[in-house]
This record gives sequence, C-alpha cells and structure tokens, in this order.
Amino acid sequence: MTEVIADPIYKTDALIAEDIDQYLKVHEHKTMLRFITCGSVDDGKSTLIGRLLYDSKMIFEDQLAALEADSKRVGTQGQEIDFALLVDGLAAEREQGITIDVAYRFFATEKRKFIVADTPGHEQYTRNMVTGASTADLAVILIDARKGVLTQTRRHSYVAHLIGIKNIVLAINKMDLVGYDQAVYDEILKDYSAFAQSIGIQAFTPIPISGFKGDNITGPSDNTPWYQGPALIEHLETVEVNSATDAEKPFRMAVQWVNRPNLDFRGFSGQIATGTVKPGDAVRVLPSGKTSVVTRVVTLDGDLDQAVAGQSVTICFADEVDCSRGDVIAAADSPPQVADQFEATIVWMADEEMLPGRAYWLKVGTQTVSATVQQPKYQVNVNTMEHLAAKTLDLNAIGVANLSTDKPIVFEPYAQNRTLGGFILIDKITNATVAAGMLHFSLRRAQNVHWQATDVSREFHAALKNQKPAVLWFTGLSGAGKSTIANLVEKKLARMNRHTFLLDGDNVRHGLNKDLGFTDADRVENIRRVGEVAKLMTDAGLIVITAFISPFRSERDMVRQMMQPGEFIEVHIDTPLAEAEARDVKGLYKKARSGELKNFTGIDSPYEPPHDPEIRVDTTAMTAEEAADAIVARLIP
Amino acid sequence: MATAANSLTHLERLEAEAIHIMREVVAEAEKPVMLYSVGKDSAVMLHLARKAFYPSPPPFPLLHVDTTWKFKAMYELRDKMARDSGMELLVYQNPEAKERGINPFDHGALHTDMWKTEGLKQALNLYGFDAAFGGARRDEEKSRAKERIFSFRTASHGWDPKNQRPELWNLYNARKNKGESIRVFPISNWTELDIWQYIHLNDVPIVPLYFADQRPTVERDGMLLMVDDERFPLQPGEEPVMRSIRFRTLGCYPLTGAVESEAKTLPEVIQETLLTTTSERQGRAIDKDAGGAGMEKKKQEGYF
Repeated sequence: MTEVIADPIYKTDALIAEDIDQYLKVHEHKTMLRFITCGSVDDGKSTLIGRLLYDSKMIFEDQLAALEADSKRVGTQGQEIDFALLVDGLAAEREQGITIDVAYRFFATEKRKFIVADTPGHEQYTRNMVTGASTADLAVILIDARKGVLTQTRRHSYVAHLIGIKNIVLAINKMDLVGYDQAVYDEILKDYSAFAQSIGIQAFTPIPISGFKGDNITGPSDNTPWYQGPALIEHLETVEVNSATDAEKPFRMAVQWVNRPNLDFRGFSGQIATGTVKPGDAVRVLPSGKTSVVTRVVTLDGDLDQAVAGQSVTICFADEVDCSRGDVIAAADSPPQVADQFEATIVWMADEEMLPGRAYWLKVGTQTVSATVQQPKYQVNVNTMEHLAAKTLDLNAIGVANLSTDKPIVFEPYAQNRTLGGFILIDKITNATVAAGMLHFSLRRAQNVHWQATDVSREFHAALKNQKPAVLWFTGLSGAGKSTIANLVEKKLARMNRHTFLLDGDNVRHGLNKDLGFTDADRVENIRRVGEVAKLMTDAGLIVITAFISPFRSERDMVRQMMQPGEFIEVHIDTPLAEAEARDVKGLYKKARSGELKNFTGIDSPYEPPHDPEIRVDTTAMTAEEAADAIVARLIP
Repeated sequence: MATAANSLTHLERLEAEAIHIMREVVAEAEKPVMLYSVGKDSAVMLHLARKAFYPSPPPFPLLHVDTTWKFKAMYELRDKMARDSGMELLVYQNPEAKERGINPFDHGALHTDMWKTEGLKQALNLYGFDAAFGGARRDEEKSRAKERIFSFRTASHGWDPKNQRPELWNLYNARKNKGESIRVFPISNWTELDIWQYIHLNDVPIVPLYFADQRPTVERDGMLLMVDDERFPLQPGEEPVMRSIRFRTLGCYPLTGAVESEAKTLPEVIQETLLTTTSERQGRAIDKDAGGAGMEKKKQEGYF
C-alpha cells in the first residue's frame, strides 16, 4: 500500500509572501461554509477533522510538537501521529478517548473559510448533534467502510435531515483498510441510497476517503482510480450555501432592540432572517399588522441602499408605528402568519423528562412566550424511524406534539424559515434550555375566527346520505396510478349508491389552484386548500377521494389534523420510482430528466413516503382493479 | 462592509453574528458590561459594539481589570478609546494584590491569579454586572473550542464544562438563576486572521506594539521581553538590547514574549502571521501550566 502524500491546500503560500495586498483582497471576498461532522469515534471523525486542519496548515509547529509527544504518550495509532488528539478538547475526553460535546474548528482554503462543528455520535448525545447541526450549511456523515451503513448512520442522517440540512456528504472512510475496493464502496452506496430515499433525503454526495492516509481529502487519490467525483475539500469549497436562497424569500426581520438615542431618531435593530430591504419598501409590523414604509437602513458605515438576509441592521420608518422587541417586520404584501396553536417536532434535551401540560418559556426569534406542550402524538425511534406511542419525551428523544402559547406569535414553518420556525423551550424553574423544536404549521382551529352555528349539522348531512363521511387521501409519485385507481374506486362506490366526490390534482390546478406553481411553498398551499375543500365536503356528508402527489409528510399530517378522528384514510399508492418513470404516461419524467421540467417530484423535488398509511397499495403486486376492490373493502367492510 | 450581492462574505457573516449577540444581551440582561483588555480582540469587539448600537453609544460601560503591569501604550489607547466611543470606563485593581505588591517577577502564577482572576470576580461582584462580554475566540485554545457563546458562571464564577446549555440556531437563552452571571463571547467564531483582516478593513485603532519598531529588550527563559520602563527589574548581567520587535498578543508586559519582526504595517503583520510556524498563544506563559489542560483549569476557577 502506498502512502499518499497529501497536497497542501495552501497553494497560496507564494501569494502571501509575494503580494500580501492581493492575497488579502482574495481572502476578503471568501464565503463561509459551516458544516457538521457526524460519526462516532470508531468512524475516524476526529482523525478526519485533524487531517483537514493538518492539510490546510492550521496546525503550527509548537502544536505539532505537542501533538507528536501526546501521540506517543496516549495516542491510539502507535508511533504515528494521532490526529484525533488535536480535536478532543476537554481533559476528560483526552483521558477517556471520546468526544463528549460540541467543539468548533476553523480552517480556510483558497476559496472558502470553514467552521466545523464536531459532535459526538452516540445516541445519548443526539442533543449535541442537533445543536451542532442547527447552524450548519452541510453535514458530513462518516461511514466506516469495513462496517457499512449502521444504525448510527441512519440516526445521523435522520437528525441532519430533520434539522433541514440540504447538503449531505456521505464520507465512506477507512477505504485504506478495505484495500480501496470499489465493490465495497458500491455496496455501501446502494444501501445508503435506499435508506436516504426512504426518509426523504433526495440528494447526497458520496466520497470514498481515508482520513488517516489522506485519500480524496484535498485532491484525487491514485488509490481510487475508479472514483471520478470531487475530493472532500473540493466539494466543500464549491457547494452552494443556504444564505443565497434565503435572500430570495419575502423580507422578515425580528426586532431585537429599539434604538432611540434622542427624540429625533427611532430605529429598529435586528438581523434580517430572509429577503432584502431598502428605503421605500412597504412593510408590515406583526402581530399588530400596522404598515409603514422604510425610510433608512442605518449602519455605522453609512446608510445602505439595500440590506440582505443575514445582515444585522437598524431600520427607520416613515411614521410612528408601534414596534418593539419581539415584533417581526415583514414585507407588507406577504406577511408571515400569527397563531397560538401549532404542531411541532420537539427534541428533548434535559435529564428531566417533558411534562405535557406544564408551562415552559418558548423562545422563537426574539419572542418569548409561555407555552404548554400536549402529550406527544408519537416519538420517533431515531434508529429505525418507527413511530412509537409516547406519553412524554425524555433526554435525547425526538417526537411530534401539539403545543399552544399563551399569546399569538409570529411564525413560519421551519422548512421555510429557520428563524421564525425554530424554537427552544426553557424550564421556568431552572432556566435551563430543555428542548429544541421546529414548528410545522398552525392548527387552523386556533385562529380567532368565530364559527357561525348552522342548524343542519354535519351528522344530519351524513345521516341523510346514509353513510359515514371519509377522505380517501391518495398519495404517491407521479405516474404511480393514483388517478386511475381513484377513478375506479369512485365508480365502485357510486354503484353502491354512495355519495362521493373525486378531487383530482390536475383538475384542481385548472381552477381553484391555478395560481400555484410547483415550488415547495406552492405545493404546501396546494395541499392546504385541497384539505380545506375536502373538509367542507365531509361536513356535507360526502366520501371524498383525492388524488394528489402530496409529497410532504407534514402537509398530509396537517390535513389529517383538520379532519374528524378516523375520517382521514391515507392511501399510499406505492410504485417504485423506476417503475413510474418506465411507465411515464404523461411523458413528464422524460421532461424532468432533460431539465425541461423543474421541481419534479422524485427527480429534483423530494417525495416523503408515509410512515404508516392506513392503506398501502403495491402496484407491482396487483392490478388497478384489484387495488380498487381492496380499498373499497377497507372502507365498507 | 456593505454589499449588494446576496451572498455575504465570511467577515460579513461573522460581523452580523457578533452584532446580533450583543443586541440580545442588551435586550435580555439587566446590567451588562464589556470587558476591555485593550488587545486586538478587545479592539474588534469594541468596534462591533459601536456598530451594533449606532447611532446610540453602546449602552454599557467598559471594564478594564487592571494588573498595573500593562504596557504604557496600552493605557494610552484605553483612555483614548473610551473617550472616542462615548462609553464609561471602569478600571478595577484588586486592592489586596496592590497592597501585597503582587508582581509577575516575584510571584509567577499568583500574579495572574490575584490580579486577573480574583480582580475580575471582585469587580463583577462590586458592580453587580450580570453579563460580561469577553473577546475570547474558539480557535485560541482547545477548551475554548467547546465553550458556548453564552457561558454561565456560578455565583463563585466557576465554569462547568459538562453542564453547558445547548445553544441552537442563533437563539440564546439568557435566563439565569440567582447569583449566576453570564460571560458572553460575541467573537467566538472568529480566527486570528479574521481579527487582523477586520482591523485592516475597518481601520480599527490598535496598540502600536502590534507593529514592529526598535525597542529595548532582554532575552529570558527563551522569551524575548520588552523593557517598557523602570518597573522591569534587570537581572545581574542583563543589558537591554535594541531589537526590531512586535507583539502578536498583549498581556502583562513581563509575561508576554515579543517576536523579532520587520512588519510595520497591517498587511505586513498579517503576512507574517500567515507565514509563521507557531501559534498565537505560544508567547503566553499561562497556557503551559498543568500539562495540556492549563486554560481549562483556569477557566473552572473563574479566569475569563
């Protein structure tokens, strides 16, 4: 086996020596990537980080001398340098040889600056991983090539995906110990792809590496001629970061502090969460809903013509609108929602278990309110992704629950806006941070719209039709067979004198939803409207059949929430992507593959299959007729 | 630092983060203070505070925990910066250390302990500050790399690394128990190079000792020490020699080693920093105590 001599990343050494001014100019314009490394000690995580620091010359001679001495004394690599010792910071960790907290590391290359959050991989440290992931643009998931996809790999991937990290690197490490065998790499890749798709990870970048030997870290390795992709550093240097897309969303800024040095100046200070702001922009202050116009964007370096997502600024208004800490300033024409009841994912982080019904402080953005959490709907087994019944959540548990706040808060779903959708819960007695959470959506019944009582009740409507209302919610990939089977089901029900109505995806988009496109946000709104329509129809006593791709789990769950208990029947038309694509009834896959059609589910937009649908139809195992019969039999036994 | 592009540079992201942190503290703490050591990190932190609250002056005082053993040039810049920023400057000197004449030449580690660690605790208790900004960075030292941005201290100012609050997104929990105080590190995520580059881009005033000049020096225990004034007792046979030197880090002058250098401008200093082969704190005696865990131990005892 040949030792790989790693290329030093700092090829700019010469530039530093020859033309420091030019070097500084280049460095000034570098962007920053924050990433998290997930894996346990055995996967060689600390070794990899140590290697990154070493190869990017972030280790000085005095540190190297200390490292060499430590390696001989307590290292685990014999006489060779143990890079892990560079990274494991606290004394207890050095002694036990494990990483127990989140540590941050810094390095830079010619193109970018990096902040690495190094977190432990054991299940009992899930909270630390969530913490490290919360500020990361990218996750590096390490796999030991000798062991393949393990329980912990699935856990790390799930948590990274849960926190909303879109860029995932699968670093298949210790390739040196499997003889750089492509077959080993391919097998792991196959296993991981299947798993990733099942939890909704649409894309990831696999790289075969050796953190210890340095293969495919800074440049292509001679040991893996069969691998054509980028080296780890190359990928980290070029991957796109989230902040650019944040700037394209509608403007939102949580007010941190009102700046009032004298009677002539009144400004509102905060960090822009999404969008851009400039003088002349119409804005709305929430929750009050009052509008004004931006007159100035003030900084010490002079007023700005425009400020973008990520910047900390101070904004002045044209008139004396009430606005204080906790308020959110937003684009006047597309403000975020205000609500006091939500569904949320909660990661419990305290030794003392969650108490449903107890009041905790909830901090989201700059708002702090009192909140109570209901008994969880379910807990997620982070190793198997199974939903388990749970009465509470204990340390490191992740679950989904409804929560209510004592006054309305300004929010957005976490998937759209981390600042207005991510929250922490604080124990009112100990003041400890006990949980982190992500808001999914508001529970519609929370809104302060009063219901007009009607004399002909939904029960009366149903009784008149001699049937029990229900929603048969078909979900599945495009071309899976939803519309075909739904149509057959409706025909069969009609023959049985049942009052039905079929809401079909394409048909609804011609009318009710013709203003919506296929971005994630529009897909969510599409499903919300269909859900509301279906709900009205069940109130009228109908059996509603819907045929929509409805790719996101959270929206299907949102619709489930709207319905009476037991009336929502999720029907997963389960057709493998390859099969649906092979059928390609409407020729859409072909268009999507050629790039002609964007945001196509299964190709460049995710599909999240249901975890436990009421009915699952495997279209590779039965005909459409058989499927329709099975569904009808389930509805009317 | 303003930009029209939608992607912020790394320094813009770091600046916005630091400003966000400072505003959170001012909004949530009862009586914040900024610890000001007059070094380059303090200089950047002070500049960020002025940006965070402009056009208001930063709504908290500066606190200098003085050892009476700082370089003369540091005292000059300290007083000037307080005047320019319109902030109140509090200078605290541990009366016991003063009375007992504790000094770095005769008392070694006790000097740091009494003037700095004890002095800081006394000052925070005296004024009742519940949140103190510090200019520590995570890249400085291994135990700093694990410290939170909002770092809680017990009533006796101890740090418990195993019992830190999780810190998610940019949501900081500033609620504290009776007697607890918070040390807040707004420039946690900055590196030494970031600090230099920011000083360069923003013309942040720093102590001239960071730039090379001919200065009187003696060599002692492998460190190059500057003879700042008559407070420096020469040992028998020692004769100050003029050398072109500068400092990469500024502590108490007898404890801080200088490096021989010709770097007279900021770009030259940065150039030298990048090409150097030893780490920044290498000139500091404090990190070398107690094996590799010197700083972690000092922090548990209440050192910043």
